[in-house]
Amino acid sequence: MSLIGNLFCSTVGRKFLMAVTGLILVGFVIGHLVGNLQIFGHPDSINGYAQFLHSLGPLLWITRIGLLIAAVIHIWAAIALTRTNAQARGAQHYGVNRWIRAPFASRYMRLTGFVVLAFLAYHLAQFTLGYASSATFKGHLPEYTMASDFHIFGFPAVEKGHAVDDVYSMVFYGFQNPIISIFYILAVGLLTVHLLHGFQSVFHSFGWYSASWAPALRAVTIIFCIGFFFGNAAMPAAILSGWLKPAQGTNVAAQPRTALNQSP
Amino acid sequence: MVAGVSKNNISVTLRVWRQAGPGKPGGFVDYPAKNVNSNMSILELLDVVNDELTLKGEEPIAFAHDCREGICGTCSLMIDGKPHGPNQGVASCQTYMRSFEDGAVIVIEPFRAAPFPIVKDLVSDRSAFDRIQQAGGFITVRTGAAPDANSIPVPKADAELAMDAAACIGCGACVAACKNRSAVLFVAAKVSHLGLMPQGQPERDSRVLAMVNTADELGFGSCTNQGECSAACPKLISHDFIVRLNRDYLSASFRSAFCAHAAGSHAD
Repeated sequence: MSLIGNLFCSTVGRKFLMAVTGLILVGFVIGHLVGNLQIFGHPDSINGYAQFLHSLGPLLWITRIGLLIAAVIHIWAAIALTRTNAQARGAQHYGVNRWIRAPFASRYMRLTGFVVLAFLAYHLAQFTLGYASSATFKGHLPEYTMASDFHIFGFPAVEKGHAVDDVYSMVFYGFQNPIISIFYILAVGLLTVHLLHGFQSVFHSFGWYSASWAPALRAVTIIFCIGFFFGNAAMPAAILSGWLKPAQGTNVAAQPRTALNQSP
Repeated sequence: MVAGVSKNNISVTLRVWRQAGPGKPGGFVDYPAKNVNSNMSILELLDVVNDELTLKGEEPIAFAHDCREGICGTCSLMIDGKPHGPNQGVASCQTYMRSFEDGAVIVIEPFRAAPFPIVKDLVSDRSAFDRIQQAGGFITVRTGAAPDANSIPVPKADAELAMDAAACIGCGACVAACKNRSAVLFVAAKVSHLGLMPQGQPERDSRVLAMVNTADELGFGSCTNQGECSAACPKLISHDFIVRLNRDYLSASFRSAFCAHAAGSHAD
């Protein structure tokens, strides 16, 4: 078989593709988290950042298409391997089924994966496309005027006085809804469980794992997963609990969500 | 580890999978065994039960066995949901009755996987492993006079590691324990024990490609890095060999795509 044949048709090749695409998606969720943590800063930060991302134009679309391809390959490989594995098990099951030492997270990869996929669809519908919670979607809210210049890595990106989408308010409105907030926290929790096995598994599938540095990899994975979960959960938790108050000059400060619901 | 010696006789119930032949319907049948010498192996207990069945004119339980000293890989009992029984690093033939509690119900099943069809009762056909082995589990040796011993230097660490992999007895416990019925630990052991030695280098790439692709064709599943295989392995073959196999397979795939090939030859 050819290289492409080996990668796309063999079990080892498909696991390699899962690992590569998984790593790309992990890279994305880390960047996504770092960008979004700016919600804890001045509204200029996250609104300026969102404006900057949109100003990238073709580069943004290349990234989006790349991520979509990675997600499609990741899910396709998962489904294809799951089918192979089900066929390999055969029709007759064991009378006694037990685990010997498989790590907890590894037993529920399919379940956590599917929940994360469902969450992803909702998340995109809510914050990217505006199909869900469309009244508070960034495109439907009055624009936000930048109070200062926004710099990214020291380079000026968005000027003071520029009118931009009010992403800050959209996130606040969204997370002030308890059902949405709790769903988000639950989903990032399951994604963390997925990564707990997935992140280490990448090194197995690449052929880079060995017992000599397994404890170090385990420690890095656990620290990463704890940081990832608390970083992501902090946003809905802080907004829902009211610990994080909306900053002045934003739509959400002018018109709280409760007032929004009462207006016709 | 093999369980320590005991002087107490025990009574157990064997709940054994009985199946008349390939593709026939099967089911569990209970066989009470009283006053069992706890230092007999579970295979010896099956012998005792079979003697009684034969005297009663019933069909004895078919089970695979050969050397009974843990080195041939023929015995293949799934005991209480774990290949070869409760102990670590022990084959069924060295699983002694002292490993079980008095009054225990012991569920005994054949190793199950689509590529390991059931022949009868507890016997499954593991010749799929032979076909994987035939695809590349060998080295080319020139005929003629034997070469000088030690004429090829082998680093001690490599020799030790190769020996760890070569300890695989090909019993199929890895497949039986894997939720995906992946043969990857077996393939990894065979690929690594030859791939670590200088004598195994000429076919290193073609070996790993052929053995993995043959395992796939035979219908074995994929690895999900859960480590159930090495936990069930009677020879405790390390999961690290699977990582090595992945590395070898991927580098062989990339090499075969980017290396020059002689006219008329095909990329493997």
